Amino acid sequence: MLPTDTGSPDYFHKVVDCQYACPAHTPVPHYIRLIAQGRYADAYMVNWVSNVFPGVLGRVCDRPCEPACRRGRIEEQPVAICRLKRVAADYKTDISGRLPQGPFPKNGKRVALVGAGPASLTVARDLAPLGYDITIIDEGRSGGGMMRTQIPKFRLPDEVLDEECGYIEGLGITTRYGERVSSLKSLLAEPYDAVFIGTGAPRGRDLDIPGRQEAAANIHLGIDWLSSVSFGHINAIGKRVIVLGGGNTAMDCCRSARRLGGEDVKVVVRSGFKEMKASPWEKEDAMHEDIPILNFLVPKSFTHENGKLTGVVFEKVRAEYDEKGRRSLVHAGEPDVHIPADDVLIAVGQENAFPWIERDIGIEFDKWGMPVVDKDTLRTTRDNVFIGGDAAFGPKNIIWAVANGHQAAISIDLFCQGQDLKTNRPGPLVSLTSQKMGLHEWSYDNEISNSLRFAVPHAEKSASLTNIKAEVELGFSPTLACNEAARCLNCDVQTVFSDALCIECDGCTDICPVDCITFTQNGEEPDLRTRLNAPAHNLSQSLFVSGGLKTGLVMVKDEDVCLHCGMCAERCPTGAWDMQQFLYQSAKVGV
Amino acid sequence: MTFLPKPKLHHPELAENALGYTRRDYEGAISTLCAGCGHDSISAAIVRACFELDLPPHRIAKLSGIGCSSKTPTYFLGNSHGFNSVHGRMPSVLTGANLANRDLVYLGVSGDGDSASIGLGQFAHAMRRGVNMTYIVMNNGVYGLTKGQFSATSDKGAKSKSGAINRDEAIDLVGLALQLGASFVGRSFSGDKAQLVPLIKAALSHKGPAFIDCISPCVTFNNHQGSTKSFDYVRAHNEAVNFLDVIPAREEITVAFEPGSVEIVRQHDGSLLKLRKLDDTDYNPRDRLAAMSFLAKHREAGEIVTGLLYINPEETELHDQLGTTETPLNSLTEAELCPGSAVLAKLNATLR
Repeated sequence: MLPTDTGSPDYFHKVVDCQYACPAHTPVPHYIRLIAQGRYADAYMVNWVSNVFPGVLGRVCDRPCEPACRRGRIEEQPVAICRLKRVAADYKTDISGRLPQGPFPKNGKRVALVGAGPASLTVARDLAPLGYDITIIDEGRSGGGMMRTQIPKFRLPDEVLDEECGYIEGLGITTRYGERVSSLKSLLAEPYDAVFIGTGAPRGRDLDIPGRQEAAANIHLGIDWLSSVSFGHINAIGKRVIVLGGGNTAMDCCRSARRLGGEDVKVVVRSGFKEMKASPWEKEDAMHEDIPILNFLVPKSFTHENGKLTGVVFEKVRAEYDEKGRRSLVHAGEPDVHIPADDVLIAVGQENAFPWIERDIGIEFDKWGMPVVDKDTLRTTRDNVFIGGDAAFGPKNIIWAVANGHQAAISIDLFCQGQDLKTNRPGPLVSLTSQKMGLHEWSYDNEISNSLRFAVPHAEKSASLTNIKAEVELGFSPTLACNEAARCLNCDVQTVFSDALCIECDGCTDICPVDCITFTQNGEEPDLRTRLNAPAHNLSQSLFVSGGLKTGLVMVKDEDVCLHCGMCAERCPTGAWDMQQFLYQSAKVGV
Repeated sequence: MTFLPKPKLHHPELAENALGYTRRDYEGAISTLCAGCGHDSISAAIVRACFELDLPPHRIAKLSGIGCSSKTPTYFLGNSHGFNSVHGRMPSVLTGANLANRDLVYLGVSGDGDSASIGLGQFAHAMRRGVNMTYIVMNNGVYGLTKGQFSATSDKGAKSKSGAINRDEAIDLVGLALQLGASFVGRSFSGDKAQLVPLIKAALSHKGPAFIDCISPCVTFNNHQGSTKSFDYVRAHNEAVNFLDVIPAREEITVAFEPGSVEIVRQHDGSLLKLRKLDDTDYNPRDRLAAMSFLAKHREAGEIVTGLLYINPEETELHDQLGTTETPLNSLTEAELCPGSAVLAKLNATLR
């Protein structure tokens, strides 16, 4: 293999698994260390710069970082990254003085943002400090989009959302809340230099099976029902409730139903338990609230008497896999089941809908009715219209919308300044700093904690189930947070190797607690992987290969399970190994 | 300055041996030697050898004298018996322990100061008595604890870190061990675990005095230009005579070897040593006199001969010579230890 090019920002970026997996590339280990030091406001600001909604995401993020966490490959559970983020938001001091301080000198450009969800608010935050005149238009009475209408308050209290939307609205932007955009054509007729569409995936998918029309009074579309609950239009539901669907919306529906009078609430899913789209922790929380999840049942018809719903008939299926591993659900050969119910909530998916975008204004749509969009620039086929978040790519999650928002803001800025959107995109900000302070002393805490993942304290179930606004999770205490933070392996503190200094004493190989360093003959990667001191099966993790050493061997380090404990560097007599903090900040404008 | 313990977390696929232990179970406390010390590599090799031989840690006794080398038993085999004795006196303490309890595996760890200076007499007598043990000298040719004076194994003409030239003749411990009757003699280098680990394994499974001289560069005081114990010098002058593979007694040999290329030595415990010749000199590790002359010749040429240099698997050991009881003394009861006046009278009668 060729020597690894650690000079390129991409190599060490990939080693920081959590940050690499995060769509917004938030520097996770960096802020976790700040939390461990009790520097909550500093940790909050690291997050705010990168992901805009630390308090919200610390409660409801889909956490792509956690399955990626290296700790999860070494022991049972990853670091509770998401809940540590919440700690920064919960315990920070007033940070308003650290936000960009307006009024910002205007640059004369006007940008309209349609929808006030996470994507649009991110665009607003990035562009406002640059002097753009920003107008956000949303049909809701306040900002937040689906974060406000679809996420139940017992998971995300209004105060948290108000605070973080407020930071952005306080940057001197114009909000036209309570106004629905019914024609993009007429919006484009207004004097805006660019328009960003961040309208989400607002339409709940329906289930057109027999009985749907007849029993309509007691059959509700999940996301519409959730927003009615959120606004207080609905405050009761029948005693027996069936929730159809296996995603996170279904989990929010069933748990909301439990709080509005549902005593016998069931989630019924077509697929098996493991294949459900809902995050494992959301399924756990639902089951903890006495909600059974029934799998491999496909809804066949709604039953009704005198125009009133009486239940749902399901066909029992089982999963069959073809030789390519594709799953199909086939009839299980068992009789259908009837589950009685007073109300049914349908949460089987969301769709995009653009009835307000005229098809003759230069915006192309594909055969699925989705706008054609450039994945890098987020520009539609019309040069001054940009789109991001769920509106562009279908239902995903908040952190993806934020990541899209940053990219769209870069594109809009480049476009308004008359620059090329592809070739002039800014690169990430990267730094690599030695952490060495003495023979056995580093400016990060390199002691490896043996603790298993700490659980977040929950409110009493009896109290939670009687108040739909009472937050269920109480968050880590500062002590718990510090202990959980200590579980972080500091993967951003990189093992940097200088082959010219190495005398091949084997000190690093001997001390490495996870046997990730080998000195051996060079070879091609598949061959090298078989000759290392420890199995190196995880192909998604790189091998770090040095240049040729004096004896003709090379140093090969499998990054897979490195603890970043710095033992190799402590044992190195010549400083060939050094621990250096790699800080990667993805490109952004404005902040 | 802190010395953090080595993290307990380990590779998820860390191998277990026949006893269900991982290699990590054979480790000791974190080393406080200088970073890069060759001794730490030898410690790691001992850990690996004991792990691979499936030795129960509580059946091993590690004994040492004084010096950097003799500190190392703290850094390996944390679950074994240990005795850090007086300077140069490890061999007699080991001999006593061995006589009292022959059931343990004895590992003597010493250095060039401990064995070639203050303890030279002890070293010599333990070898000639044939104590059943593995005796490893971590040989760096320098007094590291007292800041880098020449030791008795420093080669004549070698240069110290401060620039002084050594005028004294070096003591060759391998030559002494051969002359004094050690039935297993090897030499290796801390920077070559592929050679060192099998050598330690073979020594640990050998019956009788097994001696290993292990060159171990002192990174702080003896790893400079002009040193004959530096990483660079040893690598440049290493003359390995054979490559050793240890096949435990329980594994049957199923591969047929080409005659001539490989020599098989069956040890007393049933394990097999597979020796692959590396040089073209047709070195025979069973011929003591030839080994002595071969070593002397190469030493003269400034070369460091490494590998398994001499082995005699049929040699007897101290217990055989003394006719001692098979049972460790701590397991003998009063009836056996004080058999009564009738037995005494009988014994006395044989001496009249």
